[in-house]
Amino acid sequence: MNFLFRYANPHEFMRLSGIILPFIAIATALCFAIGLYLGFSVPPDYQQGTTVTLMFIHVPADVVAEFAYGAIAVCSLLSLVWRHPLADTAARAAAPFGALFTALAIITGALWGKPMWGTYWVWDARLTSFLLLLFLYLGYMALWNAIEDETRAARACAILALIGLADIPIIKFSVDWWNTLHQGESIMSGKIAPVYLVPLLIMMLGYVLLFATLWMVRIRTAILERRARNLMREAV
Amino acid sequence: MHFDMGAYGVYIWPAYGISALAILGAIGWTWAGWRRSKAKLAALERK
Repeated sequence: MNFLFRYANPHEFMRLSGIILPFIAIATALCFAIGLYLGFSVPPDYQQGTTVTLMFIHVPADVVAEFAYGAIAVCSLLSLVWRHPLADTAARAAAPFGALFTALAIITGALWGKPMWGTYWVWDARLTSFLLLLFLYLGYMALWNAIEDETRAARACAILALIGLADIPIIKFSVDWWNTLHQGESIMSGKIAPVYLVPLLIMMLGYVLLFATLWMVRIRTAILERRARNLMREAV
Repeated sequence: MHFDMGAYGVYIWPAYGISALAILGAIGWTWAGWRRSKAKLAALERK
């Protein structure tokens, strides 16, 4: 815990993230270049045909959507329990990207669902719980903007984020607990042939790194905005 | 690499297009916000 406090105060964060960011950005671009190259080189799947290429953008968006929410929940816990100085800023900064990747997962999933299931949308457990995740993100951002006092807003948003965390295991296990059109877990169970798995894993890494890059820049921006607000207050 | 998606292209290319637009938009929005805040802070510090 001491580590988090020593290296995640705003000053140290600016210094460290400034060093790390170029490397993560380059790694992101490399993952996208290699992942897309391999993704567009795979043979059509025997069941899904060429729509298998949608897996390389749908699954990574899904992973980041849940990962970002997990990040918000961890930051919220750090904020509520340990009053971590950067946690609220980090949690707030992650939300727009979480919402974006959730929306992307839903849209790309719908475009995959139509040719495979015969419908863009069905109100089953996986899709509905994922839509709920989008509403959680939107509600979280709306709550931040609705409360003027920043400390109170941070507290309320942290509580909302932790309550909403219950949706993540529901999304994950919905395909096991209920009958759903959505296919079951297939990465950990080894059901994907290596020719598809390798580009998928590279694209997943690329999406996670992209999120990390954008998130870091947003936190840095929020720190600068806070400094600017303080300067303006001092000037008055 | 092969880009012929056959009849499924009508689903695949919009999905890739929307993803690309959203990602590029997010990068642009984030970068613009950073530049704006940096310029604002620099102006305040000069005062």
